[in-house]
Amino acid sequence: MSDIAAEPEIGLAFRETGAPVADGAFRVARRGRVERTRRVGFTFDGKPYGALGGDTVASALLANGVHLMGRSFKYHRPRGILSAGSEDANALIGTSRGPGRFEPNTRATMQEVFDGLAAESQNRWPSLGFDIGAINDAIPHLFAAGFYYKTFKWPRPFWHHVYEPVIRAAAGLGRAPHEADPDSYTARYHHTDILVVGAGPAGLAAALAAGRSGARVLLVDEHSEMGGSLLSMPEIGIDARGAWSFLAETLAELASLPNVRLLPRTTAFGYFHQNMVALAERLTDHLASPPDGAPRERLWRVRAREVVLAQGAIEKPLVFDGNDRPAVMLASAARTMLNRYGVLVGEHPAVVTSHDSAYATAFELADAGATIPVIIDARPTVEPVLLDEAARRGIAVATGHTVLGTEGRMRVSGLKIAPVTGGTIGAARAIHCDAVLMSGGWTPSLHLFSHTKASLVWDEDLKTFLPGQSPEACVTAGGGAGHWGIAAALEDGARAGATAAAKVGHLGRVHDFSVEGERVETGATIAALPSRGTRGKAFVDHQNDVTAKDVRLAVREGMRSIEHVKRYTTTGMATDQGKTSNINALLIAAEALGKSPPEVGLTTFRPPYTPTTFGTFANHHAGATFEVTRKTPINGWAEAQGAVFEPVALWRRARYFPRGNETMREAVARECRATREAVGLFDASTLGKIEVVGPDAAEFLNRLYTNPFLKLAPGRCRYGVLLGEDGFIRDDGVIARIAEDRFHVTTTTGGAPRVLTMMEDYLQTEWPDLKVWLTSTTEEWATVALNGPLARAVLAPLVKGLDIAADAFPHMSVAECKVAGVPVRLCRMSFTGELGFEVNVPARHALAVWEAIWTAGQPHGITPYGTETMHVLRAEKGFIIVGQETDGTVTPDDAGLAWAIGKTKRDFVGMRSLARPDLVATGRKQLVGLLTRDPATVLEEGAQLVEEDARPPVPMIGHVTSSYWSETLGRSIALALVKDGRARIGETLYLPMPDTTIAAEVVAPVFYDPDGARFHL
Amino acid sequence: MVPTMRQEATMLLIHCPYCDKTLPEVEFAYAGEAHIVRPADPAAMSDEAWRDFLFIRTNARGPHFERWRHVHGCARFFNAVRDTVSDRFLATYKAGAPKPDLATLLAETERAR
Ligand SMILES: [Zn+2]
Repeated sequence: MSDIAAEPEIGLAFRETGAPVADGAFRVARRGRVERTRRVGFTFDGKPYGALGGDTVASALLANGVHLMGRSFKYHRPRGILSAGSEDANALIGTSRGPGRFEPNTRATMQEVFDGLAAESQNRWPSLGFDIGAINDAIPHLFAAGFYYKTFKWPRPFWHHVYEPVIRAAAGLGRAPHEADPDSYTARYHHTDILVVGAGPAGLAAALAAGRSGARVLLVDEHSEMGGSLLSMPEIGIDARGAWSFLAETLAELASLPNVRLLPRTTAFGYFHQNMVALAERLTDHLASPPDGAPRERLWRVRAREVVLAQGAIEKPLVFDGNDRPAVMLASAARTMLNRYGVLVGEHPAVVTSHDSAYATAFELADAGATIPVIIDARPTVEPVLLDEAARRGIAVATGHTVLGTEGRMRVSGLKIAPVTGGTIGAARAIHCDAVLMSGGWTPSLHLFSHTKASLVWDEDLKTFLPGQSPEACVTAGGGAGHWGIAAALEDGARAGATAAAKVGHLGRVHDFSVEGERVETGATIAALPSRGTRGKAFVDHQNDVTAKDVRLAVREGMRSIEHVKRYTTTGMATDQGKTSNINALLIAAEALGKSPPEVGLTTFRPPYTPTTFGTFANHHAGATFEVTRKTPINGWAEAQGAVFEPVALWRRARYFPRGNETMREAVARECRATREAVGLFDASTLGKIEVVGPDAAEFLNRLYTNPFLKLAPGRCRYGVLLGEDGFIRDDGVIARIAEDRFHVTTTTGGAPRVLTMMEDYLQTEWPDLKVWLTSTTEEWATVALNGPLARAVLAPLVKGLDIAADAFPHMSVAECKVAGVPVRLCRMSFTGELGFEVNVPARHALAVWEAIWTAGQPHGITPYGTETMHVLRAEKGFIIVGQETDGTVTPDDAGLAWAIGKTKRDFVGMRSLARPDLVATGRKQLVGLLTRDPATVLEEGAQLVEEDARPPVPMIGHVTSSYWSETLGRSIALALVKDGRARIGETLYLPMPDTTIAAEVVAPVFYDPDGARFHL
Repeated sequence: MVPTMRQEATMLLIHCPYCDKTLPEVEFAYAGEAHIVRPADPAAMSDEAWRDFLFIRTNARGPHFERWRHVHGCARFFNAVRDTVSDRFLATYKAGAPKPDLATLLAETERAR
């Protein structure tokens, strides 16, 4: 664009980009709502800047003449702000306030400046001014639409070694923080009659009408200050006073109403079923020194009877080459910067528009001291009153013009414009400027409305989607419903508020506002400004770097619906969800397809409206309150003994009890020896327990479990297997018959709630005729397990009311008696293969009984053991653990438990499935033991098994489910599920590992005391 | 339990026909399709019929008869008609009660809106 230099310079001498500027050089006197007397300091990329109270990072940087705030996602192009609100797609920054308090991807237009704030730009390396990733911009064909589908396919090795690492390094937005988040977050519920989202003119009028009626009203707004567009339009008169006086009085009245609550800095980010709206309230991010312990954010779950959505409209960028350079922004952004923050975004801003509303901005900036080199209007004709007003200020208006390109690297420095006549682009000329303010009209903000699965209706006059029907009790008011302008928004908002009040039973009156200083504005909708198809880039989606060419390319390559175009180009898929880009992408795609926009479709908006922190979602569910930790009554004793704990389901269980400097393996070996040779003490309290009571209790269990229970005598226990109807093992446990009508059912530690749910399900819905009552007793009973050949010697002196001699109280007996003076349910059973007792004691007496047994066991060498030893001892016996040896596809026969199926039973849950063709077919994986060729090798659990002569593709014929060092056997042991495993006993199979292949012999799964003689000692 | 966006930010209101109260979704658990009765004599069933009982379910787009449990309340299982498109509950009723007539239900829901 060398022709710019040849053109006569319009306007005054320029402030050279990059030259040092004094703090606040672009602050305009007597404009804005910033606190002139409150000066604050902050840093951006390490450089200190001055700001005023009420500034955002964006307004403070602009006040200092800094437009370059970040680099774009794909091409790393220099970028400044696009808008002044939460929809801004460009100026994403990282903010930091100490360790763990780094927040990436914050919009500079929303982050309030506070003293000491450290902000940094993103997506640049090594510096914002010189960025190596900008090379992407020079080779743009690499990143054209669908680039990830085609460009990087060949040669194949290049993907792993070249393309992917480079793309990954260049892509992504801000860096994620590494430290734990030290802040706290909170949450609350709220019920209200009417929720008003957005405190612009429509929302304020709605809240006022509803609030005056007496209805309970909650008014929320994402900005630090309420007022919406009124904050940027002080020159409008409302009810015979200035807009800001009206705003102050309205907010004061709302605040004085006891039935109205105002929440600024609060984003309604999701609209869910039955009028529940989720809000994120930012409590401390704007404070220099937040109070100690103050939560950073609060999640509000608001249930409203009626919702008024007054989110306004978002200005639409115009699409022309180079519409992304720093200082090219929406006209409304410049207006907000001037009127709300007292900042002039440029001394010579050019205006490019297809809508009347940009003229007001141009006039206000001119009145504030800027020189407007030209207003370029894409429309052939403009209302005379606008031309007159422009002429009065000496501003040239170039109607029927297009923009062919922009100049300037770190900030826009010029425009190339040309007339368009009958579709033909005429001779170009250059315009010097230091900012470009663009307006393509307005897009209603319908994000929350869309969350409700509402329908949107295309308005052919406004060329935009308007709200249709919603299944929720909500109404969209003001700009969101296509009512442009303050007067229309106030009127529509008041009506919406009064209507909502009436729906909740209050008499809402509509106040008639009189608005002065506003004219009805209209505009033309243009998909993209005419261009000569140069190599330039006309951006549609500024955040994802999608250009008009990309959208047209997607259409040429066969994309027919906007959903396809979106996925192919990524337009609208950035964190801003296409707030400023979706409609332009749709218009361009529709034009390329020769269809109307609604035929091409509209992408769906999903929560959250703006990015929401994980902290807000997690709120109280973090750290110690992330989930419940269940502790047994023996927990404190185990802690005092130096136990190492592990989580099992929600329980905290002692894993092993190291002595001195013992390793886990040494401690477990010692615990195993002690239990096999003398006596071990184990806390089995976490076992699930369900009391099954009633005349039909035995019938009920008989129908549920595979085993027969009708003839189990009171005082006897039986191992039970529970299947799903599909025939696969769901749970197992020992079931003790306490009395004719009372069973003590145990479940796995993690399975207790599942089993109770399953029992309740069958009892309530399939067999409601059975007289059975189910009670979870897991926490009522603590279980002290005593195992080993000396178990009886330890226990017997403590038992009252029961003879526990071998023949008087045989294996699998249960009785009520006293141990250490406490009434207990004593079972003789064993999960270790040794003589074993389980003392079920009321939880509050558990520690006393435990300590009594501990003391009584001292002469016998009693040793506490943890879950690891329990696992080893049961594996030596080939006892399965549900969830370790089973995975939801294992039948009793697969697990070697066919013996547990009642042979004469006609039905039980899952029985019919055991005859399903796939479950009786050969080739099922069966439980076997594995002995490694080298006894010192302990296999990895999960390791795959293959046959010796297997050739690629190698069939995996099984996997290791449990593997331990067995101190008892002096070698390693493992359990595995192996295809046709029982027929392979004696074969050698192989386990390929990353560095070696391990040979192992298939054996029966019971390694120790296969006859079970030691149970009966 | 790990909080999810659904748990944290969304919540249907569900009417428990036993408690006769409309309560938040977190008190309830979904429990699969309703009105699938366990056969009285599974052993007498063909493989195909048993397969259908086990696995074949309605994949409704619209009103769906399904079971819920007021697990953190009265713990009772009950039945519901929920529109899978709008997620709107058209009715809830006690286990064992007859299936409500869909046409009547839809007409009632339409009138209520
Ligand atoms: Zn209930």
